[in-house]
Amino acid sequence: MYVAVKGGERAIDNAHAWLAAERRGDPSVPELSVTQIREQLKLAVNRVMAEGSLYDPDLAALAIKQARGDLIEAVFLIRAYRTTLPRFGASQPISTDAMAVDRRVSATFKDLPGGQILGPTFDYTHRLLDFKLAAEGESPTAHTAPADSAPVPHVTEFLNRDGLIETAEPSDTAPPDLTREPMELPADRALRLQAITRGDEGFILSMAYSTQRGYGRTHAFVGELRIGTVSVSMDIPELGFPIEIGEIEVTECETVNQFKGSKTEPPQFTRGYGLVFGQSERKAIAMSLVDRALRWKELGEDSIGAPAQDEEFVLMHCDNIQATGFLEHIKLPHYVDFQSELELVRRLRAEAMAAQEAAE
Amino acid sequence: MTAQALSGGFSNPPHQSSHAFRAILESFARPGTLLTIRGAQPPAPLSVAAGTALLTLADGTTPVHLAGDADCQPVRDWITFHIGAPLVAPQQAMFAIGRWESLAPLSRFHIGAPDYPDRAATLIVLMDGLSNSGAHLTGPGIATKTLLSLPEIAAFQDNAARFPLGLDFLFVAGNRVAGLPRSTKVEGA
Amino acid sequence: MTEGANTGQRERQIWMSAIAKANPARLEELMPDLPPLTCLRPPEVGAVMVQGRIGATGAPFNLGEMTVTRCSVRLSDGTVGHGYAQGRDKPHALRAAVLDALMQTDQAAQVRTRILDVLTAKAELARALRAEKAAATKVDFFTMVRGEDA
Repeated sequence: MYVAVKGGERAIDNAHAWLAAERRGDPSVPELSVTQIREQLKLAVNRVMAEGSLYDPDLAALAIKQARGDLIEAVFLIRAYRTTLPRFGASQPISTDAMAVDRRVSATFKDLPGGQILGPTFDYTHRLLDFKLAAEGESPTAHTAPADSAPVPHVTEFLNRDGLIETAEPSDTAPPDLTREPMELPADRALRLQAITRGDEGFILSMAYSTQRGYGRTHAFVGELRIGTVSVSMDIPELGFPIEIGEIEVTECETVNQFKGSKTEPPQFTRGYGLVFGQSERKAIAMSLVDRALRWKELGEDSIGAPAQDEEFVLMHCDNIQATGFLEHIKLPHYVDFQSELELVRRLRAEAMAAQEAAE
Repeated sequence: MTAQALSGGFSNPPHQSSHAFRAILESFARPGTLLTIRGAQPPAPLSVAAGTALLTLADGTTPVHLAGDADCQPVRDWITFHIGAPLVAPQQAMFAIGRWESLAPLSRFHIGAPDYPDRAATLIVLMDGLSNSGAHLTGPGIATKTLLSLPEIAAFQDNAARFPLGLDFLFVAGNRVAGLPRSTKVEGA
Repeated sequence: MTEGANTGQRERQIWMSAIAKANPARLEELMPDLPPLTCLRPPEVGAVMVQGRIGATGAPFNLGEMTVTRCSVRLSDGTVGHGYAQGRDKPHALRAAVLDALMQTDQAAQVRTRILDVLTAKAELARALRAEKAAATKVDFFTMVRGEDA
């Protein structure tokens, strides 16, 4: 039985007004601007863009401010906003070969053409709190050195030449889009990558870590990790030719995975792939491990029933907005459902007690 | 692309498309009711209502089929610039537009699947005129009975018999529009 | 298509791309006034689905959307211009469309020096500076080995 109830409008309005005041915090402390968030909390902005699945640093910064720093709530705001936008079309696939790299490292080759470029990394920091940052007014500068403008080739190309690694054959098949059609399983690799790149960083990280600990091990090395900007081109129907419509920052990770061969494939290295909006290194590495783990069927490997090999488990649980929505709905009024549960428990208890009395 | 193709879109897309969307929704909710939609100035043979319906309902992800004389270069260019919808064969279409005779045979269009009855085509039928006369319509959204000047009867009876699968129709003439969803029962006058 | 038309198209691609990626505030500074015009398509904010390739070279997949604003205008002499701009700045898209139109008129040379060249130079400077910062973080294993020679 459903009983419609009304009420609480005043309480809700007041709760929202208080929320706004709490968001502002102590008024004697200067207010945080959206541009400050965009420039100084850039990695949070990147995460909101990646999981919100919309590249727009200003919007992501605004969402972080509005959500009081709750990044999943900020992702929710971005996801809601993107549904209001008309879709002009799809870009041409971005060319990460032509990336202007800020960072590019390989764990498999020390001396590679283009070199190891560390970029603005947390690696090699001592993870000691820097109390100098507590004092304001710092304006550090980066060092510079003469730059080589030659494009930086992908590491996997070297292994490709010797036939030691599987190739990723070019194709122009239109990929499925889970924002337009409900996801159907089994999913092809393109659909899996779309789901993972917008999936929750923590979830993808844990899945990847589980493969390293033995739940569907894939023996991964980072063949190459690169971060930088790429141009985005789109065919313009009214012109009949493509133009660049913008520039985005992405992180790309390609793993090189040991592979002993299977019933269908010769022994060779295989690859896992990660590509994420913004500087999102942990996510890109994790994505490439989870991508590789999910490829067991295609490569003729055995499933050991590990969570990261289970497509349904990974794809249906990696979206933090779906997860939050379902998780948190149980806090909303369920008075009637609970009333019926209460009656059921009372009746069962009464019956059990009556049975006990009868037995005695 | 000619100047004609570049003009005739909405001047205020958010407002005009919202109003048109509301009216089209109403026309499907109240089958047979004649409503007015405007805002588009498409090339012939599309009417104001036909162009407005396309601008409102179609986009780059909804394949459109142009039937008969609607399949001409000015219309193709106009849709490409203002809507960006892929122009396709009847079998791939989510929307089709044309005169009644050129849309036949209807069996070429998607009627949806039992899991996804929404994946059916919507046919926008170009009419010379529309009036509340002729065929008798009954069913959801109709209090007792309403009349609509349909081009024929049998095709719509066959279509309704397949419910929950089937096609949905939007009849357009000038700036008038009337909806006929698959749930409506049609009988001759 | 003739060779001349190809060159024309390539040039147009270059200027439209440069304007799409320009900083809106900088563009407004360089181009405060707009000529009389008719909007064929008023500035409209939308999204473009950005695609990547599996393994960098394989089949495409959907990476996520980006915001884009577009606009089409006709100048009083009938020249039509189309503008696309990254982000949600409507004046940016409007200026992009006007610039595209002006670049097809006899004002092209003037527009190029006063606006386009300035934008391109600024973008090139920013790109070069970033590349130099990256170059300063390049690991030179050989230098470490050759440390004794120094």
